[in-house]
Amino acid sequence: METRIGDTGSFEELAMPLFARLYAFACWLTQDRDAAEDLVQETLMKALKGFSSFQQGSNFRAWIHRILRNTFLTSQAGLKASVSLDAEDDTTLEPSTSITPESLFLARLDSESVERALIELPVHFREVVLLCDLEELSYQEISLAVGVPVGTVMSRLSRARKALRALLTAKQEGARR
Amino acid sequence: MTCDSIRDKLDAYVDESLPLQDRTAVEEHAQSCSTCAGEILARAQMKRATRLAAENFAQSTAFRMHPEFRRQIEKKMLKSRVPLWKTPFTWLAAGAIAMVLILAPLLLHRESGRKQEIAELLDVHIATLASTNPVDVVSSDRHTVKPWFQGKLPFTFNLPELQDSPYKLLGGKLVYLEQKPAAQLIFELHKHQLSVFITQESAEFNATGSALVSGNVRGFSTEIWTQAGLRYVVIGDAGAADVHTLGDLLRAAAK
Repeated sequence: METRIGDTGSFEELAMPLFARLYAFACWLTQDRDAAEDLVQETLMKALKGFSSFQQGSNFRAWIHRILRNTFLTSQAGLKASVSLDAEDDTTLEPSTSITPESLFLARLDSESVERALIELPVHFREVVLLCDLEELSYQEISLAVGVPVGTVMSRLSRARKALRALLTAKQEGARR
Repeated sequence: MTCDSIRDKLDAYVDESLPLQDRTAVEEHAQSCSTCAGEILARAQMKRATRLAAENFAQSTAFRMHPEFRRQIEKKMLKSRVPLWKTPFTWLAAGAIAMVLILAPLLLHRESGRKQEIAELLDVHIATLASTNPVDVVSSDRHTVKPWFQGKLPFTFNLPELQDSPYKLLGGKLVYLEQKPAAQLIFELHKHQLSVFITQESAEFNATGSALVSGNVRGFSTEIWTQAGLRYVVIGDAGAADVHTLGDLLRAAAK
């Protein structure tokens, strides 16, 4: 994961290179193309308006992701998901399996199954997994974007991945039967 | 390190977020523990699979963004930018610039007017001291000097009582400044000679301002002020404080 020192520049210079990524992330949150476009548009407009509050030299990606997340939470789709986003981290998703060399079947997993498993994940788990694995944000950046301490990011990420593995294992076993 | 203590660090290891020390410990352990090495591999593969699936999903037909979407947003962003001339700050700045543009010539004019006035009076002062007859009325008595100007000036003025002060009145003469009659009075302070010019307040002199202004021109101390319709200028090679004290005496007498 790259180490980011700090971002400086005009709003367009900082925001537009992230356009496609923000849209992809919005798709994951909303699960709907039109809603994703609305979310990206609203996020960029809000960010542009509030750009003066962005501290030059701090982390732009984390800043704009935070706006995207808050915008999503106040949208209709977000209100439905907010229950899950605000969920406690001790949500138990059984079975919490450990990976054994035997479970290396994951390597052979096709994208489609992982996609489906990701969609089935509670939004607050999906969010951290995607911020880390798709957006390649550091723990520190995720902490800023989601508004929770780094320790919570780590434990949430760990639980989210366990849940994802559990979903995939269940699918595999279901398919074998 | 035991497998249990390593397990908690594996996610951070795969996410490249472990401190160097822990990173080395994990790698050393994995070399001798096939179970943990397998865990690392599985986690790395899971991470990669997640990334690929997430990217595919956003690029799938169902989620491909409308071709015009990005351009529309860029247009909207451009529109929503408040034009500079609409911001209150711009108006404030424009107002400040306008004030400077209006006031600067006036202030510069005042400043240059004052300098010109002083330069002219300084020349008169030096010429007077160089003259063999510096004053037309030679007297240290204010009651002699003041009446001498009667009929020569279209105004009258009061002179201070100098008995208890180190200043001495030497006399006075009639001079013309800007084609207008003025009184020039010569005072002495410890061998220093100072000129006091008294003239009627006029449009030209008004332009230089009526507030008390002290200065120093070519080593001469100066003080200018306007009081009761008369303009006073004190010039001399004495110190600024001495010029100011004489000014105070004149101001007190004029009240």
